[in-house]
Amino acid sequence: MTVAEMEKAGEERERPGEATGSAPAVAAAGLPDVPRRIGGVTRSGVLSLLGAAASGLCTAVLLFGELAPFSGALGFTVTGYAAFLLVYAVLTGLEEDAQAVRDRVMTVVLWSAAALLFSGLALVVGFTAWRGREALPHTNFFTQDMQAAGPLDPLTNGGVAHAMLGTLTMISIALLITVPLGLACAVYLNQIPGRFSRFVRTIVEAMTALPSIVAGLMVYATWILGLGMQKSGLAAGFAISVMMLPIVIRAADVVLRLVPGTLTEAAEALGAPRWRTVWHVVLPTARSGLATAVILGTARGIGETSPVLLTAGFTAGLNADPTEGPMVSLPLAVFNFVKSPEPAMIARGFGAAAVLMALVLVLFAVARVIGGRGPGHQSRRQTRKALRASRRDSERFAELHGPGLRLFETGPADDGPDGPDGPDDSGNPDAPGDSRDADAPAAADAPDPADGEQPSSSVGDTH
Amino acid sequence: MVSAVEGSGRTEPSRSERPEKPESPPPRRTFAARGLGDRIFRYLLTATGVTVLTIMAAVGLFLLLRAGQALRARGFAFLTTAEWQPDVHRFGIAAVLTGTLLIAAVAVTISVPLAVGTALFISDVAPRPLRRTLVTMVDLMAAVPSVVYGLWGLFFLQQHVIGLSRWLSDWFGWIPLFTVDGTQPGEPLASESVYTASTFVAGIVVALMVAPIQCSVMREVFAQAPAGEREGAYALGATRWGMIRAVVLPYGKGGIIGGTMLGLGRALGETIAVYLIISPVFVIQPHILQTGSNSVSSLIALHYGDASAFGMSALMAAGLALFLLTLAVNFTASSIVARSRSGAQSEA
Repeated sequence: MTVAEMEKAGEERERPGEATGSAPAVAAAGLPDVPRRIGGVTRSGVLSLLGAAASGLCTAVLLFGELAPFSGALGFTVTGYAAFLLVYAVLTGLEEDAQAVRDRVMTVVLWSAAALLFSGLALVVGFTAWRGREALPHTNFFTQDMQAAGPLDPLTNGGVAHAMLGTLTMISIALLITVPLGLACAVYLNQIPGRFSRFVRTIVEAMTALPSIVAGLMVYATWILGLGMQKSGLAAGFAISVMMLPIVIRAADVVLRLVPGTLTEAAEALGAPRWRTVWHVVLPTARSGLATAVILGTARGIGETSPVLLTAGFTAGLNADPTEGPMVSLPLAVFNFVKSPEPAMIARGFGAAAVLMALVLVLFAVARVIGGRGPGHQSRRQTRKALRASRRDSERFAELHGPGLRLFETGPADDGPDGPDGPDDSGNPDAPGDSRDADAPAAADAPDPADGEQPSSSVGDTH
Repeated sequence: MVSAVEGSGRTEPSRSERPEKPESPPPRRTFAARGLGDRIFRYLLTATGVTVLTIMAAVGLFLLLRAGQALRARGFAFLTTAEWQPDVHRFGIAAVLTGTLLIAAVAVTISVPLAVGTALFISDVAPRPLRRTLVTMVDLMAAVPSVVYGLWGLFFLQQHVIGLSRWLSDWFGWIPLFTVDGTQPGEPLASESVYTASTFVAGIVVALMVAPIQCSVMREVFAQAPAGEREGAYALGATRWGMIRAVVLPYGKGGIIGGTMLGLGRALGETIAVYLIISPVFVIQPHILQTGSNSVSSLIALHYGDASAFGMSALMAAGLALFLLTLAVNFTASSIVARSRSGAQSEA
């Protein structure tokens, strides 16, 4: 329907263009031949926006204060917003056609949707930080556990050190499991295509939204009920791993898929076996993206409560041994604090939640700093390093091939008796020797070697 | 450079060398022999793939094993019973499953318009310098721990949403979904507590949790809409919204559906935020504004501590039901995304 509309608009636009000679025809068409504005700010646009906002506010005040028996802040906002949209549509309609009016109104609606979502985020984070302000200034909050503090004790007694230690322990265990397994599985999905790896990918994708409590139940069923182990930090680490594994695999898989095929082809053309290609080309190229994948998975894993709830038990004391005795993590501590009716305990819960939020924020900032670049894009330091390596390579090649091509003089003498290899080596010594000598200095001298060339030179370095 | 080398390799020997030598070398193999290192590499990688698959299969398998006892004891009645008294063998997931689905439905109803709007905003409307920051913020929102959302819902949203709940039940109480027992429309002194701890409040909180996930899936797909078609629409005189409706939305349909389903999967499995907000009831509660609700995951979190061996088996059965439900939703989502035009392209 819209396409038809657009075509119509296009035809109308074209007609005056064809009849440029006759001025009356342009006037008769009634459409000025100006390009449509897409986005951008105009004076009348801003003015009608402001006017509509003012009239929306006034309408809401009038309705809620004087005319109708409405009440409530939310209703006020909704009524005001509806009035604002209506007035804005009318104001725009005074000087634009119907399509432009629809465009303006929808633009405002999209702005509001985004504003609503982001203000929701700001509200959640801000509220947590605001309520955490009572507990956070006390240093004992970070250094003590809750063993000596009762529910009625003031905030100057007791803290969440045990939960912080527990979170670190559990996430370390989970990372020890998920990073090697997850990255290797992502490499598997990318490097060994086939029916089985497609199947694995499908399953992993379906598991990314595995309910975290089911991950907890699974470890509870196998590790605690099946093997008779006790609830511990180790079990919680396992549960978090089960939950994180699909997330990390999927994110890493997406990143690995972006590694340019030309790079791996270049490595294989140089004769590198597959594993060297992966180790020296694919993984370094995707390094920043892989780090982001792991960090985002960590952020998810750190914040999960329900797997820990089922598998770690609960303790008020510091426990540094993940294999023995119950352990508590930050989200679990928050959960237990706020179940208490005591204000001091709730304040502690918000404090712990703020610490957790800060942890996630820091992880996120680190992920942005590391993973800001796409695969193959290097920081300045990496570029310099790769340049040095490439220069070293070219010097090495020059040393090898420069003085009288020693390689190929000794070659036939060694390989001669073997037979089949002999003719090949002696047959074309000039062509590869020449091309290498010509290429290597060129790559080193080039002032701006493309990013893509660097990893392949590091392949040469390792041979 | 590469093409030049290839070209010389192909043409020169054929012209100059082959005629001279009678015993021409055997045709060049186009694949490399696999060395020992490569074979080990392949086996190791395949082994990790199998390991991951085993872990994922173990989730379903062990739940099924543990749930067997309870499922055998109840049979089909497990799906139709609302009570939860495993120790007298009277239990079922009718109430909790209804609650789970209702909470997820409320969440998705609220989150999808927000997510679509925000995704379109980021991909097409927002000022360019702002876009990267907004993408980061959406990702950050997706990483905020669920317990933090739960706290916010419990201590902040709960008291602010009562007005909206009351308004909805006053004006739309004739729809069974919005009925609240024990109140009259327009009764100003009705107790506020009948509106708290409801499906609706839990749904709003879960909506805020899943909206970023949906948004980031949709934004990715919207951003892939071909530039040529966008420009074509503009060249035909479309406004920006006209372009979005004619190009971006049809192109991103798969992404919208897939993102919605992904969010639905998350909403179904959400535990802690829901547990903190609702007050659990074990009857089928279709009135979303009324206090009292339940969900499968919060049932497990509530009862795992005091469950007997048989009770644990019953909880495992509930967990299995949740697992199968989310799995079905996710499979549907991924197949829809893969079959759509945008999904097919992003797969390559």
